[in-house]
Amino acid sequence: MRTRTWAPYALIAPTLVLMAIFLVYPIGSVVYYSLQRYNVTQPWKNGFAGLDNFTRMLFDDPLFWQSLAFSAKWVVVEVGLQLLLGLVLALIVNETFIGRGVARALVFSPWAVSGVLTTGIWILLLNPSTGIFQVLSEWGVGSPGTSVLGNPDTVFDALVVTELWRGVPFFAILLLADLQSIPKDLYEAASVDGASRWRRFTSVTLPHLKDAIILSTLLRAVWEFNNVDLIYTLTGGGPANQTTTLPLYVARQAVDSHNFGYGSALTVAGFLILLFFSIAYLRLSKFGSRA
Amino acid sequence: MTETLGKTDTLVREIAGTTHAPPPTGRRRRRAVAEEPGKPWMIRVPLVLYLLFTLVPFYWMLVFAVRPTGSTQLVPWPVSFEHFDTVWNDIGFGVFFYNSVVMGLGVLVFVTILSVMGGYALARFRFRGQRVFLLAMLCSQFIPGAMMLIPLFVIFKGLGLLNSITGLVIAEVAFQLPLSLILMSGFIRNISVELEEAAMVDGCSRPRAFFAVVLPQLKPALVAVGSFAFIGAWNNFLFALMFATRQDKFTLPVGLSYTLGEFNTDFGALAAGGVVAAVPVVLVFAVVQRFLVQGLSAGAVKG
Repeated sequence: MRTRTWAPYALIAPTLVLMAIFLVYPIGSVVYYSLQRYNVTQPWKNGFAGLDNFTRMLFDDPLFWQSLAFSAKWVVVEVGLQLLLGLVLALIVNETFIGRGVARALVFSPWAVSGVLTTGIWILLLNPSTGIFQVLSEWGVGSPGTSVLGNPDTVFDALVVTELWRGVPFFAILLLADLQSIPKDLYEAASVDGASRWRRFTSVTLPHLKDAIILSTLLRAVWEFNNVDLIYTLTGGGPANQTTTLPLYVARQAVDSHNFGYGSALTVAGFLILLFFSIAYLRLSKFGSRA
Repeated sequence: MTETLGKTDTLVREIAGTTHAPPPTGRRRRRAVAEEPGKPWMIRVPLVLYLLFTLVPFYWMLVFAVRPTGSTQLVPWPVSFEHFDTVWNDIGFGVFFYNSVVMGLGVLVFVTILSVMGGYALARFRFRGQRVFLLAMLCSQFIPGAMMLIPLFVIFKGLGLLNSITGLVIAEVAFQLPLSLILMSGFIRNISVELEEAAMVDGCSRPRAFFAVVLPQLKPALVAVGSFAFIGAWNNFLFALMFATRQDKFTLPVGLSYTLGEFNTDFGALAAGGVVAAVPVVLVFAVVQRFLVQGLSAGAVKG
């Protein structure tokens, strides 16, 4: 089967063309723009800027650091909680019980409605006049008119819970898929040896899941870092830029300020941070090494 | 450097799923795999709690959508369809819905075909540049869609693809293809090569052997990758928001986001729009989620 032939090149050609035009070329232009003064509203000032955009970003822009810090906090909290809840959920729906198929379809379903739709649903649930907190207060729980999205103290928690709602199913699906590939004899052998339920979990299940956990947390961390739609539509980055992530800041520079040069420099920074983070993460977690 | 490359190679193999045979499909196997049931409450209590967390928001949307304006009933009766009339006809969700369907199906078709082609090339051939190709596709996962907006906007303007569903389909296909292709190649790799070789020894051409032997076994993978692509396209917001500024080219998420802003107090309209956007994708998902789990455990993120 492994003869020299043109066939594989013909098969990947369409993919290569698409990736070249819509991934490689844009990356190149982002790097190029990042070294330019490029503002659509002030075309007479455009031109080569050297590293000006980057020095401004590093030394003269508190919002860059603030959005980066928020991104980091967002990723750590979200991925940590999603991993924990997703693992528990996957273990639950991996058990045998009546109605398991229906239960799976139901608890996984928020994954299908991600994005703006999630925002819409949660705005309805959280709105102060007819949302769940209003109804609860009528039942005597909490105070009426609670506005979690308008309150700077609670807006982060509201964002986190909303993102968990659609993010936990993703983890659970991936981990469930991996749970199902664990050979059954391993559990039987462990049982025969008298291993307790907890012991079987820590000695059989967890080591088997290790690489899937490392990989899914990495992918999820990258996606959560880059996530825009939920935060954009739920808070718009507010109040007072409190929930502005780095990609949101980029979008604002590009769309509102038309500052393509500076926006591109922020993009390059984000990409480099993700790249270094990913390499370091894979190395530190000893991905692929057999336990 | 060599060490890093070695790690990447492992990563590629892990993702492409060369290390495991696919689990047998079908009901019997899935029943057999679970351990003996533990204490029932250990399953039931957290499951019911999680079901509440999942379903209460859905229920809330449904209630808002079908109760008349001004009502605050928690169990709406009789139901009213006034909000659906408003969003479908007055706000234009009928048009958005049509655009979303066309875009979703377009992405589904192209992503599926191209990922089978590329996946087959990766799984069944060794060729020059294979590793670079794989690495490039992995690296593409680190590129934030939001951060590509600036150059993509310039390209789309140049190609005259702003305000066109074709343009949206192309952009979405380009972004989804890498992961779908890796998934698909893992799947094909797990299909035993012997039957295919036997068919070719018997005088089948390679394409004929593919259609006769490989394709029928690929059904779960096609369902998984195709529905993945459709759901992704259906929910895509950023590209649709940036590249479609004319209202007759809006997709459902864009229409919904305007509803969020404009109808801040008309929760009925927002909810009805949400139901219109949610129903098709939840139905698709309910049907295919079992293939999705199978597909992932056979082909994708493997440890």
